[in-house]
Amino acid sequence: MVNGKKLYVSSSPHTRSKSTTSGIMLDVVIALVPSLIASVVIFGLRALLVEAVSVTCCVLFEYFFRKYILKKHNTIGDFSAAVTGLILAFNLPSGIPLWMVVIGAFFAIVIVKQCFGGIGQNFVNPAIAARIFMLLSFGKMMEWAQPMGKFLNITGVDAISGATPLSASSDELPSLLNMFFGVRGGSMGETCIAALLLGGIYLVLRGVISPAIPLSYSGTVAVIMLIAGKGDFNFVLYQLMSGGLVLGAIFMATDYTTSPIRLKGKVIFGIGCGLFTCLIRLFGNLPEGVSYSIILMNILTPLIERITTPKPFGTIKEKKVKEAAK
Amino acid sequence: MAEKKSLYQEFSKGIIKENPVLRLVLGTCPTLATTVSVTNSLGMGIAATIVLICSNIVISALRKIIPSKIRIPAYIVVIASFVTIVQMLVKAFVPALNDALGVYLPLIVVNCIILGRAEAFAGKNPVIASAVDGLGMGIGFTFALLIMSTIREVIGSGSFLDGIDSLTKVFGVTSFTGFHDILSQPVGILVMAPGGFLVFGFVMALANKIAQGKGEKKAELSGCSACPMAHACSLVNTDDSCDSKAKESENK
Repeated sequence: MVNGKKLYVSSSPHTRSKSTTSGIMLDVVIALVPSLIASVVIFGLRALLVEAVSVTCCVLFEYFFRKYILKKHNTIGDFSAAVTGLILAFNLPSGIPLWMVVIGAFFAIVIVKQCFGGIGQNFVNPAIAARIFMLLSFGKMMEWAQPMGKFLNITGVDAISGATPLSASSDELPSLLNMFFGVRGGSMGETCIAALLLGGIYLVLRGVISPAIPLSYSGTVAVIMLIAGKGDFNFVLYQLMSGGLVLGAIFMATDYTTSPIRLKGKVIFGIGCGLFTCLIRLFGNLPEGVSYSIILMNILTPLIERITTPKPFGTIKEKKVKEAAK
Repeated sequence: MAEKKSLYQEFSKGIIKENPVLRLVLGTCPTLATTVSVTNSLGMGIAATIVLICSNIVISALRKIIPSKIRIPAYIVVIASFVTIVQMLVKAFVPALNDALGVYLPLIVVNCIILGRAEAFAGKNPVIASAVDGLGMGIGFTFALLIMSTIREVIGSGSFLDGIDSLTKVFGVTSFTGFHDILSQPVGILVMAPGGFLVFGFVMALANKIAQGKGEKKAELSGCSACPMAHACSLVNTDDSCDSKAKESENK
């Protein structure tokens, strides 16, 4: 007894953080709420329906697949399936048939996540993998819905997707302000930059994500687009706000499982994402490269981790050992 | 081969237990390329099976004549002859299949299932056993192709046995041209390369599950015969190392 307290002897780790998986995932859900509201305001109640179906299916697939096929403990309580469902829905157009959403949820949860071992084991972000799966499978995925014109007094918005400044001529483009508040065509959650930034700032303040990946990602895109646009800042702003770049940089590239742990690795990851996004947007024949660039860097993450592993205290680098041996 | 197996065992091992595609992971390239449609994979499976049986018989018959140091070129000559015959037959009777399979038909020459069976089995065993082994392995190959192509064609393009009349025409039947429009909205990714790998992975997992359920080991991992690089490494190291390993396993 020391100062009236019992002393406990336990094995390491001795320093414990209060953060839990469910707490972190709950924070992500809270951060996604502004975008959820924005998507309903911009695209109508149909957006809410798609989001509800996606989240419900993800949670149910996780529950039933783990219970009846893997016969392992239940993990829906950690909210990770709900987050996947919400982010997946944000990547879809609001007019998508609901059965396609169910297939997307199945692919994300059962094939990408649970078949590789569940939370913390998936090698790519489930929501992005499902988006790409659906993009390659269904032409319907590319029919981005128009914003609800009667709700917000706007004119001249076309159902255009992806890197709009590249695929549309300048008079068809929504204004920068409309871009910022999301009054444009696109998938449900990616259009409203203001709401996404709000969620991102909340996550950074809560310490859930490090700003390294979003900043290095969008910074790389900005620099490359500034060069490609010959110094035109309007072009850079359009590039940053169009497509799924902000959604991808804040919510998908920062996924714990599929992004590097250390700061140096995170910066490499972000720069890589930005580089591939720009390459696909500028030289590829696809309208948008965010999901492909993130999934590519997801796959490279183990290699990034390998080169950014810090040297344990007191050890000598292998090269030096070899030189010393000579 | 230390233990003697009955002919039935030699035949049946190719179906699931040592299925060339799903368990030994050989012949992956034609598998992924031709499983887009059931008709193509049926044609591919039959062509490969014929070549496999014929080359196994000839190589087994010549196994005491072929010097071990140049056996790989000798096997290739035998296999290539049969592939040429099969290709000429396909061109003459099923030209549509020849167009559909394209380069993969002549590529049967370097199909590692055929070379692998020649090296692992026909070069060491008598003629009848080799023929049965070739038949079993060929059926196993066709079986794996059919499972994969059924999944990929039905879900990926919403049809089944599309263009089968190009095959049945040989027997004078042209009325049946396959089922169409099974799915109103096919999942297009399955007929693309990533879908091929996905389906391959799942069918392989299923085959492992079935084989494990029968109390088999995960994969046969002993001796040079099981090694997919056997023919490549035995070229480099001559056959001494391989023979010594085989003797070791025999002593065990």
